[in-house]
Amino acid sequence: MNHLRPINRKAAALARARLDQPGAARALMLVDTPYGCSTQFAPGWEVDSSGGTYGLCQPIERDLYDCYHSCYWPAQVPDSLTNFPSWTKTCGSPVQDWSQVDLVFP
Amino acid sequence: MIYRAAIHRTFEAGGQTFAYSAASGAVVALDETSQAVLQRCATADGVDHPRWLDSAPDETRLTQREAFEELVGMGLVRSEFEPALTADPLPESAFPLQTVVLNVTNKCNLSCSYCYEFGEDRLSDATRARAPRMSEETARASLDMLFEKSGRLRDLTVTFFGGETLLNLDTIRASVDYAEQRARETGKRVSFALTTNATLLDEATIAFLVEHRFGVNISIDGAQGDHDRHRTFKSGKGSYSVVLPRIRALLAAMRGRGRPVGARVTLTRGMADIAETYRHLHDEVGFESVGFAPVTSSSERDFALPAEEMDRLLRGFTALAEEYVAAATQDRQHGFSNLHDLLGELHRGVSKAHPCGAALGLVGVSTEGQISPCHRFVESDAHVMGDVKTGIDEKLRAEFLHAGHVAQKIPCHSCFARPHCAGGCYHEAHVRYGDAGSPNLHACDWIRAWTALGLDCYARIWLANPGYLDRFEERPKLAVRSSSETQA
Repeated sequence: MNHLRPINRKAAALARARLDQPGAARALMLVDTPYGCSTQFAPGWEVDSSGGTYGLCQPIERDLYDCYHSCYWPAQVPDSLTNFPSWTKTCGSPVQDWSQVDLVFP
Repeated sequence: MIYRAAIHRTFEAGGQTFAYSAASGAVVALDETSQAVLQRCATADGVDHPRWLDSAPDETRLTQREAFEELVGMGLVRSEFEPALTADPLPESAFPLQTVVLNVTNKCNLSCSYCYEFGEDRLSDATRARAPRMSEETARASLDMLFEKSGRLRDLTVTFFGGETLLNLDTIRASVDYAEQRARETGKRVSFALTTNATLLDEATIAFLVEHRFGVNISIDGAQGDHDRHRTFKSGKGSYSVVLPRIRALLAAMRGRGRPVGARVTLTRGMADIAETYRHLHDEVGFESVGFAPVTSSSERDFALPAEEMDRLLRGFTALAEEYVAAATQDRQHGFSNLHDLLGELHRGVSKAHPCGAALGLVGVSTEGQISPCHRFVESDAHVMGDVKTGIDEKLRAEFLHAGHVAQKIPCHSCFARPHCAGGCYHEAHVRYGDAGSPNLHACDWIRAWTALGLDCYARIWLANPGYLDRFEERPKLAVRSSSETQA
């Protein structure tokens, strides 16, 4: 290592594993960051091809808020930018009271 | 392919820049090149590797590429196609048991106002009468389970808990005899620990604890005024003047012969200054380590710590951490066990799938022999996972562990403190949110600030006296259990 200096034991183990055991390096990092468009709890609406939620590749909670806030995807949720800026006003903490989110009628 | 900075924290100490990776738990020092590359990867666009190097001047292209690859290797930078944080299925074979916590009694001779066992937040169903004492037979069945389920583990631990543990000394003595016999038969080693309020420590009991090298944790809340506010007898009389001479006798007997004795302070609204409490318990009373933990309660209790008190707690911890770093710089041990334990985890680079060992290497057993994830759940029917006579229900255990996996806790995915927090105490989550698998969201800001403080201290000790960190190569043995433990 020329640019990073391992300080703790995990870093030293990764530096060693990197050289001769790429599989071990992978194993040393068994937990990971999310793969999907949302990193926060966001109550969801998606269904899989059977109409249920079991087959979704991500938890259904992933997407609703992200579609609402920031996503370009033309989803069936109100958008915060122009039409429904106060849609989630009744829902201060989505984890606690996501069911407070109201229906809207365009 | 697009690469971005993974969840991490960078911080400065002694003029150097360090990074802590949430993906791996690695702590590294960065040079200027790796800092610049990491910063570039931390932008919303990330970098398109290897195309981004095309625009770099020839003389720096190689070093930038090298720094980039090192960052990827440490888990600080990753491609957008890296797999998500997932709760991998648990292995088919059961986890070996390392520890059983025997709730030898649910009775107590004190009546502490904040007690989760008897107070307003108790989990136990008051309408159902439970056996007040664990029988010797149930204790032996629990120990049989421990030895049978311990697989190839050589060092096992039996922890006694209550209620007031010493109210059932008979079962404790019988358990120690039986466990030592089983250890001889199986070629394993067994060690003992207990938590007590110290009211019943007499000469014979102390001699027994020394002889069997018990790790003893004493619940004590500080100087007399602070201790007596909540830790009272049923009459309302404070217990400080009763416990102090007994604690001094225990400490004198243990010194040099037994294991270090830890003080365990429960923090409530109106708590005293942390450093003053530490000095009282460590310097004046003579505890070798002192651990602090905020009371577990729902937020509306009047002893609960409100937000401004949590800020004060962090300031108190910060001041005490300065003392710890100063001591470590001079290669002296300081007894602030919360920080000592945190530094041990940062040094080893733990990256936890679960916040603690509950239901993994540790289970709690109730007075009646019901098995729970840990001692904190034993008097409730929530998450019962079998009985010592019939064994652990592996299906229920697997369900509990799956629900408690950090990957299930979406807010944890974007948090740099995840590797050592993993969502926090199941019992606390159960009390607060009615769901043991919920992350303890009320504590997130605090935990992040505490983790940042720990990283700062770790780097400063590394700069000033790296040899000090060698003592973390093995698991820390400072306290029996600390921080998130034992509030009885």
